Amino acid sequence: MTTTEHKHDHAHDHSHDHGHHQQSFFMKYMWSTDHKMIAQQYMWTGVFMACIGGFFAYCFRMQLAFPGIHVPGYGQVAPGEYNALVTNHGTIMIFWFAMPVLIAAFGNFAIPLLVGCDDMVFPRLNRLSYQVFLLSALILIASFFVPNGGFGGAWTAYPPLSANASYSMTTLGSSMWIVAVALEFVAFLMGGINFITTAMNSRAPGMKMFDVPYVVWMIVVASILFMCSVGPLIAGAVMLFFDQNFGTAFFDPSRGGDPILWQHLFWFFGHPEVYVVLLPAMGITAEIICTFARKKLFGYKTLLYSTFATGIISFFVWAHHQFIAGIDPRMANIFTVTTLIISIPIAEMMFLFIATLFGGSIRFHVPMLWALAFIGEFLLGGVTGIFLGASGADIYFHDTYFVLAHFHYTFVPIAVIGFFAGFTYWFPKMYGKMLNETLGKIHFWGTIAGFNLIFIPLFFTGAWGDHRRIYNYDHFPELTRPELQDLRIAATCGLLLMIASQAFFLINLIVSFSRGKKAPNNPYNGNTLDWTTPSPPPHGNFPHDNMPVVYRGPYEYGVPGRATDFWPQNEKA
Amino acid sequence: MTAFTKPLATLRHATGMPTGRLALWWLLASEIVIFGGLLMSYVMHRIGHPEWANQAAHTNQYIGLTNTMVLLTSSLSAVIAHRHAQLGNGKRAAQFLWLTILGGIMFAVIKFGFEWPHEIAEGFIPSASGFWGFYYCAAGLHAAHVIAGATVMFIVSLDALKNKELQRVELVGIYWHFVDVVWIFLFPLLYIAK
Repeated sequence: MTTTEHKHDHAHDHSHDHGHHQQSFFMKYMWSTDHKMIAQQYMWTGVFMACIGGFFAYCFRMQLAFPGIHVPGYGQVAPGEYNALVTNHGTIMIFWFAMPVLIAAFGNFAIPLLVGCDDMVFPRLNRLSYQVFLLSALILIASFFVPNGGFGGAWTAYPPLSANASYSMTTLGSSMWIVAVALEFVAFLMGGINFITTAMNSRAPGMKMFDVPYVVWMIVVASILFMCSVGPLIAGAVMLFFDQNFGTAFFDPSRGGDPILWQHLFWFFGHPEVYVVLLPAMGITAEIICTFARKKLFGYKTLLYSTFATGIISFFVWAHHQFIAGIDPRMANIFTVTTLIISIPIAEMMFLFIATLFGGSIRFHVPMLWALAFIGEFLLGGVTGIFLGASGADIYFHDTYFVLAHFHYTFVPIAVIGFFAGFTYWFPKMYGKMLNETLGKIHFWGTIAGFNLIFIPLFFTGAWGDHRRIYNYDHFPELTRPELQDLRIAATCGLLLMIASQAFFLINLIVSFSRGKKAPNNPYNGNTLDWTTPSPPPHGNFPHDNMPVVYRGPYEYGVPGRATDFWPQNEKA
Repeated sequence: MTAFTKPLATLRHATGMPTGRLALWWLLASEIVIFGGLLMSYVMHRIGHPEWANQAAHTNQYIGLTNTMVLLTSSLSAVIAHRHAQLGNGKRAAQFLWLTILGGIMFAVIKFGFEWPHEIAEGFIPSASGFWGFYYCAAGLHAAHVIAGATVMFIVSLDALKNKELQRVELVGIYWHFVDVVWIFLFPLLYIAK
């Protein structure tokens, strides 16, 4: 071992010109191994995919509010297309927006900067992971244009609908969908190994386990959860692919298969997946709250142990998605109990955030608004989950709009609010420019108002029994009540408001890029190591001969007896 | 393209374990869950379908046993290669890795050249029954890992030949052992349990 390591040191002598040579456009933007560039690639690919997913939502919500309307920009939505739109909206928003943006983009950007090293431990593996991810996104997009259109069996892809082309009527679309999803998992497995290893092995000298910023912990725990839960679904994806293309019958009951098996494989991954995307958003929130409340994180270790508890319990709750799928009622009892238990550590985290805010000197900058909105809105999502986790209530609520509103109240705060929180927080570091606060606030309030206007009405329609997979309620007068149509129209108006508000985000980007104030190294007086680098950080982040050394935890704000209210991690006493 | 230089991050080891080995264990952890999910599904189906034993009776346990021997023996040369890598003799390490790759090739030839064509000719195609679906799916996924492992091993051996990155000889060896272990689960579950 010693001989080989000596070789590495030697190889490193050549790296003095790290980043100083001119790179071609292709090498710089398409083939870079720099973690910050890969973070950009993940982020903007994710945002691009979110625009597609958002457009799909616009199409089917217009159809639901005004059945049979000629949707501007799309045309008439046919029933098969409606299914494909709904399916791919869900797939894209979770796998191609929430995952790449929250874990891959912020993980790539923040982990090396926050733990004080120059790059990820495996930069080329990192690049490969993005390329595989991009390939998976292209396959998914291509699947919309094949004969019979994209896959329409919902993002959960329950067999037998998904397993047999004669049911799903999308021969190519469903196979391409499963290939794209499997490739996307492979990309995130590679990325996850990189995140975990970097955070474990490449911390700055002096940075002990409990000196690691909370967001890094969160991304690491999320990556471990992902790694431990996704395996059965990868195997399940292979089996589903075999069912679709080689005539096996793993999941098709008409030929001796077991459709419930897929539900187990899917939700064994699918439920931890909620926490995979939730935890990074929690981490970003924690960073922002501490920085803008100028206060030490309340109960760092408690927060950490709550996170571990969440991670472990998340493996024992999956069957609450299957209460009416015909599982043993005794099992439903057990999963009801575990599901209610998991709300305890999550509630603990929320209380710790609120305790951190208590007595702080709060500044309502845009990132802080997003972080506070995350707490408030996610709380609503969590509380409504109690109804669905209890098997008795779930029998009524299952597959209604109540479920839909519930998980959008968890996923929208996670993905959309979490993304904007992290993006506005690190924007000065990423691009060296300050964002415009006024435009940021208009964007914030528009998005939040729109979001609530979409899903609060849907809680009511769901509680009145609206089934979530109906293309046109006029066809099922016995299943619905005519007065609910107003609520559906209100929800669609909310969506239009939310989409329109994104224009302010776009304007903000253009204004800030062209005329934004130049960002100082440490615009918010933060403690973590990312704020010690120039904005934007150069290739290699820190001076190679002067890597940071860490002396204390990341949240030492307002320490009595100091001239400033912050105390950077790398500042000697 | 300018030559790639490893970042400082790769060379740090705050846990005391070299980065490559740490990452390899995480990789294996993720692989265990993939095969674990597949095999658990299979085992639960097998318990639920006692009649699958009639199908399983048609697998050829002698070919299975031969392949077990081939694969396990190929691990021996991977261990010897690691020993030579530790001693700094990259050339010998590469040669022993090639011996391991040869074992992997033999495994693939026996499986894809003799065993599967024979079974397919007898009508035991993946869609023949639930058992054969699992049989081709599990063994095929495993064989894909053998081929991938052998490919990576070949790339590592080319570096080792030039005495570069010798620590990777151990890592690819650990991966190869893992592929062995998966087969040790597959062999009794698919061939012996009847």
